[in-house]
Amino acid sequence: MSEQITFTIDGIEIKGKAGQTIIEAADEAGIYIPRLCYHPELAPHGSCRVCTVLVNGKPQSACTQPIAEGITVENNTKELDEHRRNLIDMLFIEGNHFCMFCEKSGNCELQAVAYRLGILAPKYPYFFPKKDVDSTHPDIFLDLNRCILCGRCVSASRDIDGKGVFEFVGRSIEKKIAVNAEASLKDTNLKQADKAADVCPVGTINKKRTAFAIPIGKRLYDSKPIGSDIESRRK
Amino acid sequence: MMTKPKVATASLAGCFGCHMSLLDIDERILKLIELVDFDKSPIDDIKEFTGRCAIGLIEGGCANEDNVHVLQEFRKHCDILIAVGDCAIMGDIPAMRNNIPLKECLEEAYLNGPTVYNPEKIIPNDKELPLCLNRVYPCHEVVKIDYSLPGCPPNADIIWQALVALLTGKPLELPYELIKYD
Repeated sequence: MSEQITFTIDGIEIKGKAGQTIIEAADEAGIYIPRLCYHPELAPHGSCRVCTVLVNGKPQSACTQPIAEGITVENNTKELDEHRRNLIDMLFIEGNHFCMFCEKSGNCELQAVAYRLGILAPKYPYFFPKKDVDSTHPDIFLDLNRCILCGRCVSASRDIDGKGVFEFVGRSIEKKIAVNAEASLKDTNLKQADKAADVCPVGTINKKRTAFAIPIGKRLYDSKPIGSDIESRRK
Repeated sequence: MMTKPKVATASLAGCFGCHMSLLDIDERILKLIELVDFDKSPIDDIKEFTGRCAIGLIEGGCANEDNVHVLQEFRKHCDILIAVGDCAIMGDIPAMRNNIPLKECLEEAYLNGPTVYNPEKIIPNDKELPLCLNRVYPCHEVVKIDYSLPGCPPNADIIWQALVALLTGKPLELPYELIKYD
């Protein structure tokens, strides 16, 4: 699998390896493609569509689309960023994202992508849906108000922890994360050290007694935009 | 002498924290006074608009009919209307009641809450009191909002930079560090 594949992103020549997805090759080359549901250690889900790029003019999710010789990828364009802003806006208005008291604020990937894309406020009317909070587990609590249905916890628990604690239930706007247990999170074998407790991009899966440890100003995305680490790899 | 553009401000369903943040521009307030006159605002206690305003700053969302009335008045009198802070933008803490029926909220506050003393069991209903809306509405769901400055409260610098840019006709380019939702 070491066959080299050459293609371009926004006119920049990238050399990737056969079998890589666009996002993997871009990350390695130091080009940041905005994303939310993608996590490098998990199987790509392709559900949030934030990483949508144009491959030879056709929209594709960069986290699932394999690279191919000679393809032309467009990533950093006004139109794609507008599309991404629309998706992020919808994620904000479909949930209850109260950043001002969320322990994930400053380290939240949804918020960070919104900051990076320069969103000052969502433009749509808010849903204010009724969502559940499950705080029955002694060490972890689940706040579905903030869930963006990225599916990272589902994959991490199933594929890495080998537990299958989380699963999607319902369809469309009623779709949500549920726990695979008699009644609630306390009835599962989820542990704080599990991968599933670590991969949530937003403030849905939280470890108790760890909140607000980092002061404002020193949090992950306070001074540098998300993706800066990837861009610093650029030669 | 050229007349200065006017700025009006209001606090709807907010906590006045955003107004505090405006005052947090410190000595730059002297420069601001050179640039503008304040019209209707809790800062100078002018109750009614005295004329057309260049900029209206709105703190807080709409929780009752008076909030809606004031917001509509601001839209009528201001060229540019800015939602300042998360309450104006998305309802914020007051909007936490939005998925609880209003009746339940009032009963909890005036009848059933653990610290309530209300022997006559009256939920305030004086005609002088503005009626509560069924939920708290972000400002952009009630009138057209031209700009939004997020934060709880927004940093004094983002308010300052936005005001100066708009008053001097420069494009509003906010640095990354100033865009915060908390």
